[in-house]
Amino acid sequence: MNEYKQLTRQGLWENNPALVQLLGLCPLLAVTASVTNALGLGLATLFVLIGSNITVSLVRQWVPQEIRIPVFVMVIATFVTIIQLLMNAYVFELYQSLGIFIPLIVTNCAIIGRAEAYASKNSVQKAAFDGLAMGVGFALVLAVLGAMREIIGNGTLFDGAELLLGDWAAQLRLELFQVDYPLLLAILPPGAFIGMGFIIALKNLIDAKLEAKAEKAEKSVTRARVTAES
Amino acid sequence: MSFRIAAAPHGHSQRRTSDMMRWVCYALIPGVLVQSYFFGAGVWMQIMLAIITAYVTESLCLVARNRDARSGLRDNTALVTAVLLAISIPTLAPWWIIVLGTAFAIVVVKHIYGGMGQNLFNPAMAGYVLLLVSFPVQMTNWLPPTTISQYDLTLWQTLHTILFEYTPAGYSVEQLRTTIDGITMATPLDTVKTALDQSYTLSEIYQRPQFSVLAGVGWQWVNLAFLLGGFILLQQRIISWHIPGGLLAGLLVPALLAHLFAPSIMPGPIFHALSGATMLGAFFIATDPVSAATSNKGRFIFGLMIGLLVWVIRSWGGYPDAVAFAVLLANLSVPLIDQYTRPKVYGHQSGGQNG
Repeated sequence: MNEYKQLTRQGLWENNPALVQLLGLCPLLAVTASVTNALGLGLATLFVLIGSNITVSLVRQWVPQEIRIPVFVMVIATFVTIIQLLMNAYVFELYQSLGIFIPLIVTNCAIIGRAEAYASKNSVQKAAFDGLAMGVGFALVLAVLGAMREIIGNGTLFDGAELLLGDWAAQLRLELFQVDYPLLLAILPPGAFIGMGFIIALKNLIDAKLEAKAEKAEKSVTRARVTAES
Repeated sequence: MSFRIAAAPHGHSQRRTSDMMRWVCYALIPGVLVQSYFFGAGVWMQIMLAIITAYVTESLCLVARNRDARSGLRDNTALVTAVLLAISIPTLAPWWIIVLGTAFAIVVVKHIYGGMGQNLFNPAMAGYVLLLVSFPVQMTNWLPPTTISQYDLTLWQTLHTILFEYTPAGYSVEQLRTTIDGITMATPLDTVKTALDQSYTLSEIYQRPQFSVLAGVGWQWVNLAFLLGGFILLQQRIISWHIPGGLLAGLLVPALLAHLFAPSIMPGPIFHALSGATMLGAFFIATDPVSAATSNKGRFIFGLMIGLLVWVIRSWGGYPDAVAFAVLLANLSVPLIDQYTRPKVYGHQSGGQNG
């Protein structure tokens, strides 16, 4: 069980594909202009990551070392094709607004990175869970960045959620404030870079705070022991 | 403890950052005076708004970063950033434009990167680009010079327009820009760009009311006044000639060649030199000591690059003027320029890695 806890920690925080490994930045920066788009791409990536991790783990005994990378790429491409066809069938408008970035999931280094670094060396169960943790970590960062940019640039949240979740989700749309002139920069690519920088800085700040706290706690423990002994 | 400068071959001007920045502000005065003559007193109101915003955000940042707010404010760098940004934006832009731009310049472009002396980008120009990209309508609403405008705004009307986006009589800036014939008057650079796209020739375009002998009405004098301010800076040795020289060479030499080659569709060097933000950019913006290159050779290349980019973007780009974009792009290449222009150390064969 401890292994799974560790995987969750790694995927969501310590080794987060978007914040720490800085992988898959191209879709991350390109589609996060709104929460809906970000969540759509995040879920698609999550699905591909779990699928490819399971498959790679299943075939790991039979794939020769020399050709493993082409095999991984084929596996990932298969899953991307599946998700692309599914999105084309069921969430067509979202499919259109994400455009080229759905097929580009193939090139997301986070996915092949996990296949190479984890799935090809571990059991199916663990690989599947690793895919889930990493995928959720990636999707969460996408959603946070999407929310930031949508609020600053548009004053709304969950605009167009019905494209992803069905008609009932139209009520999710929140109008936080009304702007006559949207801050276009937040919606445009530079806003994504600046926003991403702020999120990474915030993560580093939290890490530094936690570390300082842990150090303090450790020190007080040693002192307590010393007093008890002497 | 004081480190006095010891005997001879050392030259030292004993000038501090704050003195240099104050001189930059003095040298801006002729340009601002001419600008306020042609484009109304709104310039001064924008400058006031910018300075207030800059000082408030600068002190907040310094306090948040546990720095000494007083000595930080006294170096006058925030003042120069604020004034440069305020001069660059249209005179009647709504108040939140300049407040947002200045706050972004100080907080994100300057202090996030580590404060005074650490910023990669020119704060004023990064703020300007934020505004231009986000609010293209407000940022291109330049009034025609007062000498050819049909409206004459009083101080109160100007202030009212900046605060509420309408004059007390209810005119929007867009309406103020229209001439008696109902045609919106654009800046000379903008006019040239649009009219060339509509297949007019330059000699036809120069017949329009906003053009004068050298370049645009008003704009030519604004640029000449900033050139005068630039000479003051050169004479006081606040800046060296390398950046402005490189910039003007990079802009004017290609402009001259292109003009000789295609006189009806490529504006000549005089028009380029006296339009838009050329002189302000050459002497005041590109010469920011923090974000420019370090060595003299590097500075010349840095200026040359800005000038060339300005000419390219003005001639074929999507925006009528390009000083801000060119400066930011050149800022990005400063580390590379510095790498390859390291001066030769005395006694060594050649500079850099080979030495």
